[in-house]
Amino acid sequence: MHGLINRSIQCFLRDTYGAATWAAVAREAQLGFDNFETMLMYDLALTDAVIDAASRLLGRPRDTVLEDLGIYLVSHPNVQSLRRLLRFGGVTFADFLHSLEDLPGRARLALPDIDLPQLDLIDHSAADFTLICHSRLSGAGFVVVGILRAMADDYGALSVVDHLGARDGGEAIMITLAETSFTSGRRFDLALKAVAE
Amino acid sequence: MNLACLPITDFNLGPEALGALMPMHLLIGADGRILACGPTMQKLMQGKPLLGFDFFDVFEVRRPSGLGSLSALRARSGGRIYLNARTMPATGFRGIAVPLAGGKGMVINLSFGIGLVDAVRDHQLTDADFAPTDLAVELLYVVEAKSAVMQELRDLNLRLQGAKSAAEEQALTDTLTGLRNRRALDLALAVATGGPRPFALMHLDLDFFKAVNDTLGHAAGDHVLRSVARVLTDETRANDTVARVGGDEFVILLPGLTDPTKLEQIGQRIIAKLCEPIPYEGQMCRIAASVGVTYSTAYTHPQSDEMLNDADQALYSAKRAGRGCVRLHGVPPLADPQLAQA
Repeated sequence: MHGLINRSIQCFLRDTYGAATWAAVAREAQLGFDNFETMLMYDLALTDAVIDAASRLLGRPRDTVLEDLGIYLVSHPNVQSLRRLLRFGGVTFADFLHSLEDLPGRARLALPDIDLPQLDLIDHSAADFTLICHSRLSGAGFVVVGILRAMADDYGALSVVDHLGARDGGEAIMITLAETSFTSGRRFDLALKAVAE
Repeated sequence: MNLACLPITDFNLGPEALGALMPMHLLIGADGRILACGPTMQKLMQGKPLLGFDFFDVFEVRRPSGLGSLSALRARSGGRIYLNARTMPATGFRGIAVPLAGGKGMVINLSFGIGLVDAVRDHQLTDADFAPTDLAVELLYVVEAKSAVMQELRDLNLRLQGAKSAAEEQALTDTLTGLRNRRALDLALAVATGGPRPFALMHLDLDFFKAVNDTLGHAAGDHVLRSVARVLTDETRANDTVARVGGDEFVILLPGLTDPTKLEQIGQRIIAKLCEPIPYEGQMCRIAASVGVTYSTAYTHPQSDEMLNDADQALYSAKRAGRGCVRLHGVPPLADPQLAQA
């Protein structure tokens, strides 16, 4: 698994539960090192070990840990760049959903060896979608659920996002848009320097 | 250009459709005046002369040079042109001009080209200002993603650099010669001064080394330093600490040895060996060495700094005495038979 993903998990645990918790998770997972490096590759088993260790130490189900990770990735001030990159997907939340299939391709523009989940979007209507998430990481769909919920907030869109379990060789996620402009959402400027953050 | 089209009748694009397809287009009448423009062009030129003005009064075609009239522009029709709005010199455009059917006027479509990132920032453009087919937003995305990746790489490099410095800091070996380094010497000296066993300190400095470096080059100099290291290792015991402490400076810590006569003999033997020419790529490198010695039994309370300083002083005396000789700390120079000869 790409170091960027592992490092994100590390930062999520550190920023949410503190450095001591991350250190304990690293020990529990028997990593043999203190920190993931963003630009190195790691065995997928290490990623699983970290998530399972966090789940045990925090006393939270694995799915919940993964969903919290997804929310963190979009909403925490320390990872603003990812939220910004996701916002490039479209002007509205619906546009953003339609751009999800492009996401692995977009990520590969910057990091050719990154292995993001493959996402297939089925639009049943303008407001009802099913997203199928294929990943080598079991439970990756829950991360996507967390990301989608946080992105809906970011766009100011009222929506229901639920994990439906395994389907079509992946994990299925149901998305229902109740109203497309619920609140004004957060501001997004295309030009990075114009953002007052 | 080969066109793929079936016979077309009644084909007409209204201004709105043109604006949706090309948000930065300009429609120019037969008289050269700007008749219409796309919504993004309108946003860019807000409050500046545009509609109704002569195209060449509002825009300057920079390349190809000499395009100053509609007929010249028509002659370049279909080719790439570079231009600026006279009121916005910082924002460059590139574009293409094509004649309208019937030969009355032209359509010019513009884009920001490589200046896109600055233009988006300067004019606060959004996704809606670009046509859905335009990859402008993707380009912005790549620029930002690349910057984020570069930042990560910079951070990684800083961490690696820190780890490398820390490793070097902790290292005890001189990488060029394989001898111990200054840090290793300090550690050994601290152990020696704190322990019951007497010891000697020998400070050795090469003579004429700079000449080898200057005339035969640094590779020859490095070769000489490695040869010196071999001599020093051969001429000392396994439990002696031989350290390279400067460019051509060496310090040897000899535990259990304080006999002045014996120390002088060792020093002389080393000097004799170092005076032998060192072959390097068909050339002979000739150096010599001077040695200053001190030993712990000459002190009530031997201290590292003091002993290093005294060995250094003795070395200085040896240098003054004409190089290639050994001096013991505390032996008055005038009483020294070698200096008397010199």
